[in-house]
Amino acid sequence: MKEQFGALVPIVGTLGTSFIALLIAIPVSFGIAVFLTELSPVWLRRPLGTAIEMLAAIPSIIYGMWGLFVFAPVFQLYVQPLLKKTIGQVPYLSGIVAGPPMGIGMLTAGIILAIMVIPFITAVMRDVFEIVPAMLKESAYGLGSTTWEVVRHVVLPYAKVGVIGGIMLGLGRALGETMAVTFVIGNAHQLSASLFAPGNSIASALANEFTEAVGDLYTSSLIELGLILFLITTIVLACSKLLLLQLAKREGTNA
Amino acid sequence: MSAVEPVNPAYRRRKRRNALMMSLSAVALAFGLFWLFWILGVLLWEGAAALRPSLFVQMTPPPGSDGGLANAIFGSVLMAGAGALIGTPVGILAGTYLAEYGRRGWLTPATRFINDVLLSAPSIVIGLFVYTVWVAQFRHFSGWAGALALAIIVVPVVVRTTDDMLKLVPHSLREAAAALGAPTWKVITLVSYRAARAGIVTGVLLAIARITGETAPLLFTALNNQFWSADLNRPMANLPVVIFQFAMSPYEDWHRLAWGGACLITLLVLGINIAARTYFRKQPV
Repeated sequence: MKEQFGALVPIVGTLGTSFIALLIAIPVSFGIAVFLTELSPVWLRRPLGTAIEMLAAIPSIIYGMWGLFVFAPVFQLYVQPLLKKTIGQVPYLSGIVAGPPMGIGMLTAGIILAIMVIPFITAVMRDVFEIVPAMLKESAYGLGSTTWEVVRHVVLPYAKVGVIGGIMLGLGRALGETMAVTFVIGNAHQLSASLFAPGNSIASALANEFTEAVGDLYTSSLIELGLILFLITTIVLACSKLLLLQLAKREGTNA
Repeated sequence: MSAVEPVNPAYRRRKRRNALMMSLSAVALAFGLFWLFWILGVLLWEGAAALRPSLFVQMTPPPGSDGGLANAIFGSVLMAGAGALIGTPVGILAGTYLAEYGRRGWLTPATRFINDVLLSAPSIVIGLFVYTVWVAQFRHFSGWAGALALAIIVVPVVVRTTDDMLKLVPHSLREAAAALGAPTWKVITLVSYRAARAGIVTGVLLAIARITGETAPLLFTALNNQFWSADLNRPMANLPVVIFQFAMSPYEDWHRLAWGGACLITLLVLGINIAARTYFRKQPV
């Protein structure tokens, strides 16, 4: 018997779920960071910030279990039929919600990943928003800007590099997340255009198959898969770090 | 308020836009908190039924019978403890070098950079690494391999916090000690460490909280063990992997135990996190 192993499905699964996660997590994290830095009363900032950080403290296996037993059934019963009724009717887009609603699959994994990376992206965004010099913001307020205009035209351009760095950090986290994804992605080695279909990610393929892998070639292929994951995340995280360093440097010269 | 407000449509449009964006940001916050409370609520609800004294004294059962998680709890404590004991000194010493000795040259920035990348490296890759350098060489899974994988996760966290906290210690303190004739090692141990103690302890606690819930690096290193074992040279039961195995199984009894373990581990991790933060805040840095 000839043994053949391909990495396409797990790589697509890893990138796809992380992309969905970022799509949800970026606007939400931005909103939370704006709320915590500009809107919230000072006495509420610390408890609210800590509560969001607690999302990062919950172990990933808990997300997985909750996702499989609690979130997936709710998602299957209420959200997936709704998506089918709306997006499913749009031509060209109907393919991404094709297939039976099973609760688990790429979209579920992406949503749970989004919840998991929100605290990381929020923390970086909040930090970089806080280093925007008060003088800049106050000048904009003095000219009559609204809070949103200050955020949009003063804070965001100043902190842009840091915001991107934070997003990359979140991406790095999402790419390497193992347990939560393993529970809900479905672990099927197949490619599908539908987000409802089960798939596989690099990390969950490793978690599921490694201890059961028979034969040297199988084990080696899985280790190779791990190497691919490590390279992808290292590149992403290195980019994130470089961007954040760039912002820190600028802060140093402006001070 | 101002006289222009009611008549100027551009102004009203900007105000409306502002109100819209700010409410969206509040909605985003509510969205984040919603998941937190949903998850914690479910855990407490499901876990309360499973958190009985037998959970702490009985062994993990075969499917279909009643049991507890005693061996898994013990194994987790043992491996997390060993991991923290190995990782903490390495982390603190490396962090001390970065902040106190390596102020010039390329080594410090390069180490900081790599350390930060390692900080977020996928934990499953660390498990794979330990598998190839340890488990595959000795040809069996063991508790030590699990502890080593956890130690590798502890190191970057502790390096980062030690480095950051030592950097916050004012230079005037060090200079004052040096002016009294203290050698560098005395300045560091008697002055810098004391001033940065709260921060360093917080970092270690956060690292312990993190490894307590880690599953992925233990899958290929400690594996699992259905029986009580205090031998770190043999495969060892641990809470996260047991939760994983039990939750993925089709048995109702196992699910209940998995919820109990999940509730226990989350309360522990969140408890350590909150304790570390409170401790840090009480101490003046």
